[in-house]
Amino acid sequence: MAPLQIHEPGKTPLPHAKDQVAVGIDLGTTNTLIAVAREGRPEVLRDQNGHALLPSVVAYTPEGILVGKPARHALLDDPHNVVASVKRLMGRGAEDIRAVAGSLPYDIDTPNDDTGDGMVRLKVGGRSLTPVEISAELLRGVAARAETSLGHKVDRAVITVPAHFDDAARAATKDAARLAEIEVLRLVNEPTAAALAYGLEKGAEGIYAVYDFGGGTFDISVLRLQMGVFQVLATGGDAQLGGDDIDHVIAEHFMQERIASLGASTLSAGEARMALMSARLAKECLTTEVTGNWNLDAGGEQSSHDLDRTTMDRLIGPLVERTIDHCRDVLADAEVSSADIKGVVLVGGSTRVPLVARRVAEFFGSIPLVDIDPDEVVALGAALQAEALTVGSDQLLLDVAPLSLGIETMGGLVEKVVRRNTPVPAAQYQEFTTYQDGQTALMIHVLQGERELVDQNRSLARFELTGIPPMVAGAARVRVTFMVDADGLLTVRAEEATTGVQQEVAVKPSYGLNDKTMAAMLRASLENAQGDMAARLLRESKVEAERIALAVDAALVTDGDLLSDDERTVIDGLLAAMRSAVAGEDRDAVEASAAAINQGTSAFAQKRMDRGIRGALTGVSVSHLAETVDSGAKT
Amino acid sequence: MSATQTDGADRAMAGKTSIAQCWSCQGPVAQGQSFCPTCQAIQPPGNPEHFAQLAMEPTFDVDLAQLEQNYFRLQRTFHPDSFAAKSAKEQEFSLRHTTNLNDALKTLKSPVLRAEYLLQMRGAPAAGGPEKTVNDEGILMEAMETREALAEADSPSDVEAIVAVAQAGILDCTTDLSVAFADGDLTAASALTLRLTYLFKLDDEAAQRARILSRSA
Ligand SMILES: Nc1ncnc2c1ncn2[C@@H]1O[C@H](COP(=O)(O)OP(=O)(O)OP(=O)(O)O)[C@@H](O)[C@H]1O
Ligand SMILES: [Mg+2]
Ligand SMILES: [Zn+2]
Repeated sequence: MAPLQIHEPGKTPLPHAKDQVAVGIDLGTTNTLIAVAREGRPEVLRDQNGHALLPSVVAYTPEGILVGKPARHALLDDPHNVVASVKRLMGRGAEDIRAVAGSLPYDIDTPNDDTGDGMVRLKVGGRSLTPVEISAELLRGVAARAETSLGHKVDRAVITVPAHFDDAARAATKDAARLAEIEVLRLVNEPTAAALAYGLEKGAEGIYAVYDFGGGTFDISVLRLQMGVFQVLATGGDAQLGGDDIDHVIAEHFMQERIASLGASTLSAGEARMALMSARLAKECLTTEVTGNWNLDAGGEQSSHDLDRTTMDRLIGPLVERTIDHCRDVLADAEVSSADIKGVVLVGGSTRVPLVARRVAEFFGSIPLVDIDPDEVVALGAALQAEALTVGSDQLLLDVAPLSLGIETMGGLVEKVVRRNTPVPAAQYQEFTTYQDGQTALMIHVLQGERELVDQNRSLARFELTGIPPMVAGAARVRVTFMVDADGLLTVRAEEATTGVQQEVAVKPSYGLNDKTMAAMLRASLENAQGDMAARLLRESKVEAERIALAVDAALVTDGDLLSDDERTVIDGLLAAMRSAVAGEDRDAVEASAAAINQGTSAFAQKRMDRGIRGALTGVSVSHLAETVDSGAKT
Repeated sequence: MSATQTDGADRAMAGKTSIAQCWSCQGPVAQGQSFCPTCQAIQPPGNPEHFAQLAMEPTFDVDLAQLEQNYFRLQRTFHPDSFAAKSAKEQEFSLRHTTNLNDALKTLKSPVLRAEYLLQMRGAPAAGGPEKTVNDEGILMEAMETREALAEADSPSDVEAIVAVAQAGILDCTTDLSVAFADGDLTAASALTLRLTYLFKLDDEAAQRARILSRSA
């Protein structure tokens, strides 16, 4: 049975010119960065003014789309046309956002026509946009910056995601890259990327913790670094806990003070944003100062607010303790104690809050490491991984699945199939059965999370396995296999084992762009999508033809003696024909020449197989074969 | 990387002579070989046996340092990161190889899973049967008593005492298990495996209880 693909499988990567480097992108809630590595030395790419951070803000103005600083300036004047912190909505369903919409600085769109993908849409600049489309603008913005300094198009990247991003959010990130015409070489977890940058630069060996507290997410990972292997032992965190939440707590405090002095009033979206902005300013200011005063302007009335660091620490203490609780859990999961930790690497802007740095130091009993700029370290690690994937390297990243994956069973319970912190790639299966006589279909509901009940976990997909032959209840054996790849993305396969009946199953991702929507978006974003697609297909055919040519060449070197001169001439002719087709631009000609080679060498292949089998029977060339294989193993 | 790379699957095939066809150059490849001798293309993984997969002797007394070293070496060879620039087919084979490596490591690293796997390899009925029901009176009684003690433990030192008992038990049980496997006494090995499962569970529950106590403290 064909595996059920929740996500598109990796397409064959295309060859690139040597000087065309792949980049690393840290697509952050607050800031986005891009970096490149050459010969193991990573560097962040800056704009003309020397700024590495591109604020993750997009403005949809009548004059066009603005990204970064200029968009952030428009945030206050023109709140309905500007989106910030869109990463918090990646992979979220319209339903789970609507529940909290009142407290979020977004205009949630409720489209009349059901697009069927369950995705959140934001009303912005008179349009209805998904977080995927908005994130694609950020990627385009940061890629444009890189293109200026690199002098070539950015079309391949390693993109980082919070370790705690669920499957839907990871898929959404990949979709955003696809819209921005960037091929994702790998999604790498942010703390893992930071460890990579840190470990390579400092030559660190031993067990390290990476504490990454950013604008919208919190991750804590424990890794073992030894001889170029970066092995994640366990990871924990919260994909909805970040500096934005600290801002919320402070803004609420200001609002309470304001209500006490001016009476209750409701704020407009713009005013709410203004309050959040003031709160953030206050927070960042209190990193270096011990006290300050801020004003809130709304409805023509101004209120003044004093805040000192002690009061702020009291307000945000519960949030910080939540991160420490995660640290405790992750040490237990990694089966290490804080004494085993050789160092704690601090990542993310929110680790600048003095209370945060202090509590982390207290908990781990050591002074945290900030040798590499906590804003840049994730992008630097991503760049190193991009170089490793395209040019090669000695380092090896071994990561884990951050969240458990399971299936709904009777009574609304979740049966875990892949447990959190399982090394990836991983494949695990579980068997289920029918509960009614003659039942021919089984609903399969895929969930992600740690809780017992279905409703408390994230719903990833539902599909129906049909065509089960009628049997008595409990007789069918449906084996559901979960496969998690190196990007942390899940594929699910289901089959009925007693009959081995092959079945096609359809999947409906709970939250995600369906192919139709994606295609429409791609069309809208690419004027010459048609031409691009044709060019891509041509390049793919050429890659395949080149692989065949190399394989035939290798076969001729080893077994060329099996051919008569005439036979050899024919094959050489076919090879030459294919090479000239590859030099041209006609995809049909390339494919035809490849097919001709396959056909024209089939007799040769048969002779080679015969020789191999004969050799195996006499026992002579099997050991010879084994030796060649051993020395031919990938080095 | 070493030029004399033998992946475990190779050894499983030693002695047998079976030839498969390379998907890329169509030439002969000894079954179980992971790379084509002619064109070097990665081959789909066969049906791997966990010990052979990680190039380890099939014994209960696994050298964990060696196991890990082999695992890292094989991961370097097969990891999808090394195939990121290759065709979709090669990426898929690499994914399947590394998935198998992770599965094998998980089984061999854990004394309980390793013992269960060995019992299964040697044809002994799985410990406790397919339902894993405990039918050993002694274990049942002991489990009930320690669970009670654990539920009543309300200071970290009470819990620590239980942890100490569990860990001492794990040590003894593992030693006995090693002897039973060495003697080929599968009945004893099966009973001990069940006991070890219970001891690890107890250790786990005690650790959880300790965490709850330290949090509310
Ligand atoms: N000096 C400072 N003091 C306190 N907080 C700060 C300071 N500088 C930045 N921050 C906070 O750091 C956060 C942004 O951090 P960062 O740029 O690491 O996030 P991000 O990478 O965009 O987000 P994420 O990783 O969660 O997606 C914001 O909440 C910001 O207010
Ligand atoms: Mg970040
Ligand atoms: Zn071959």
